[in-house]
Amino acid sequence: MSAVTAPPAVDLPAEPRVNYLNSTYGLKSWLLTRDHKRIALLYLASVTVFFFLGGLFAVLIRLELLTPAGDLVQSETYNKLFTMHGVVMVFFFLIPAIPAVLGNFLIPMMIGAKDLAFPRLNLLSWYIYVGGGLFTLWSIVHGGVDTGWTFYTPYSTTYSNSHVIVTAVGIFITGFSSILTGLNFIVTIHTMRAPGLTWFRLPLFVWSHYATSLIMVLGTPVIAVTILMVGVERLFHLGIFDPRLGGDPILFQHLFWFYSHPAVYIMVLPAMGVVSELVTTFSRKNIFGYKFVAFSSMAIAVLSFLVWGHHMFVSGQSVYAGLIFSILSFLVAIPSAVKVFNWTATMYKGSISYRTPMLYAFGFIGLFTIGGLTGMFLAAIGLDVHVHDTYFIVAHFHYIMVGGTIMAYMGGIHYWWPKISGKLYPEGWARFSALVIFVGFNLTFFPQFILGYLGMPRRYHAYPEEFQVLNVMSSAGASILGVGYVVPLIYLIWSMRYGKAASANPWGSTGLEWDTPSPPPTENFAVTPVVTGDPYQYSPEEVEVVG
Amino acid sequence: MADTAASAAPTGHAGSRDLQHHFDSMEQQRDASSLGMWVFLVTEILFFGGLFLAYTVYRSRYPLAFAEASRHLDITLGTFNTAVLIISSLTMALAVYSAALGRRKAIILFLLATMALGGTFLGVKAVEYTHKFHDHLVPGAGFRFPGPDARPAEIFFSLYFTMTGLHAAHMIIGIGLLTVLVLQARKGRYGPGYYTPVEVSGLYWHFVDIVWIFLFPLLYLIGRHLH
Repeated sequence: MSAVTAPPAVDLPAEPRVNYLNSTYGLKSWLLTRDHKRIALLYLASVTVFFFLGGLFAVLIRLELLTPAGDLVQSETYNKLFTMHGVVMVFFFLIPAIPAVLGNFLIPMMIGAKDLAFPRLNLLSWYIYVGGGLFTLWSIVHGGVDTGWTFYTPYSTTYSNSHVIVTAVGIFITGFSSILTGLNFIVTIHTMRAPGLTWFRLPLFVWSHYATSLIMVLGTPVIAVTILMVGVERLFHLGIFDPRLGGDPILFQHLFWFYSHPAVYIMVLPAMGVVSELVTTFSRKNIFGYKFVAFSSMAIAVLSFLVWGHHMFVSGQSVYAGLIFSILSFLVAIPSAVKVFNWTATMYKGSISYRTPMLYAFGFIGLFTIGGLTGMFLAAIGLDVHVHDTYFIVAHFHYIMVGGTIMAYMGGIHYWWPKISGKLYPEGWARFSALVIFVGFNLTFFPQFILGYLGMPRRYHAYPEEFQVLNVMSSAGASILGVGYVVPLIYLIWSMRYGKAASANPWGSTGLEWDTPSPPPTENFAVTPVVTGDPYQYSPEEVEVVG
Repeated sequence: MADTAASAAPTGHAGSRDLQHHFDSMEQQRDASSLGMWVFLVTEILFFGGLFLAYTVYRSRYPLAFAEASRHLDITLGTFNTAVLIISSLTMALAVYSAALGRRKAIILFLLATMALGGTFLGVKAVEYTHKFHDHLVPGAGFRFPGPDARPAEIFFSLYFTMTGLHAAHMIIGIGLLTVLVLQARKGRYGPGYYTPVEVSGLYWHFVDIVWIFLFPLLYLIGRHLH
């Protein structure tokens, strides 16, 4: 949005200027803050803790799978490891990561507002998230849970002897943090846009978060009530899913996936929003087909609620239901492909710079495409029956969640780091670790496609010897991937103190968030901006600005 | 967009002391609060929706058992409670109306009446629960149900307790909200310029009533004609 009547941001020396980071000091000023930017940083710290915790479980899983025999941990322990890995990563990292950190920080700035519509609710949602996290941590410390992150009944309601209730309560509570974040975003985007900022002048990041918020608000309450039903069944011996009373465990699966499939889009839609911003900025070209990209987010949000049955092709649901779910699942490929083609078309004849955020965007597009196309394999009923519950599935969703969401998250963190911290990250190290992550990721998960196709089932701690080579490759890749994630943690923290001061707009971007100093003042904008143009106003001939 | 295009600085019009710093105008603030509550109610619909789905699935699978089990509910108390809740919706609406007119005493009176009716509902519900307990109709090891349909009937009562229990929890939260409103109204916080909290709490209260309007026929009135 280059055409803005607000005074141009002046790059004063960072030291004397008051910004959101140095306006007040002390623990209390952070723990009781209502500033969306500080809350975003609280989320950043907490999701990072959960990310490395979930990573720790992954390390133990990959160590166990280094050898065919189940020698490092017992099968019961292994069940708990993959369960806790899934629970922590899905509910406490992937779902909140981009919306609660980047979305929280950027949406008010991108729409020219001083804050989200409900700042206190925003802080409350962080406390709810932490509260849910503490429940889950308690259950981990006291022996964990072994049902798989899917909590299938009747195992979870009747047979499991692990801490199902405490973990479920943790997820139930955290769900409300997600609902409140989504609610806050929807209301903010509807009511708080700056003068002149029409819907079709919104950055695509905002569109994708709007679509994400719809899923959060419509899907999360369903998992909440499902967990509630599992909880009362386990605690009070009510019988809702209990087959001994004529109850139907498959009903649980329907309810669970009614949320948990859309939850995949809660993870990937914000990532797509990030990538849209990165691709257009670093290609110096306006996004190709703005409205198509915007509406494809909405289409994905709508379709996401109609495809849950593709998780249940072998569960005993009717063949006709399977057929319909299969067709609907294929339809998701259309809006997803619209995005991939539009990003590619945006880059075409652009003036591309190979900065770290763009490297992550490249990684996202490639890996998401592989993850998405293998998703088409799985939408085909015949093939799904063959690879159901094998490592093919594991590889597929890690390509979407790790190759897609985390790549975009890392790209977004780097891209907006100068805005968030006021400092530049070290470009050399950043490019290096982006490369390491890409190589490590593929080495970890590509062999799992082959393993799954050859028939190795998921969720076992031992396997036949012929699978060892591919498993060793996967474990080796995981250790490379681990290094790739630790290095940015170190240099980003380092850069907060020692990094070069960033200008207001180091990438020469045209979003509103770049029209205010880095780091921004608490109220974001000295004067409410008035928007008179489109969000992306790049030209490939323009020389790249590097600050 | 026009509503957000108001002046950047808070202006000194009526009620501006209630304007939070990040809003440009009272209208914008009110729109945001109202939309926020509507979005929240949408999530509530889906929250209850999971239970309604489970109910639908099992009722269509075990229609006779559900009708039989339904006859063990106390239709007199259920009808009485339905009437109580409908009247409470009226008093709540009158509280919002009084707030819009700035009649402080009337606001407090109607809010207290709404709370009393809500409390009555919960009291009657507690009596009903006690009866079910004495009749061994609480699911679990002590569940006793005559006839061949005992097991699906246990599902019916599982759903009955979960659905009405969740509804009662919402009533308790609602009474808590109204308590805060009464305390604020006593300080004269609400008037024609600012009564959004009364309005959005009213939306919530009506929503909880409407849930009961669905629960009552689904749980109490099914299959009476089969008898």
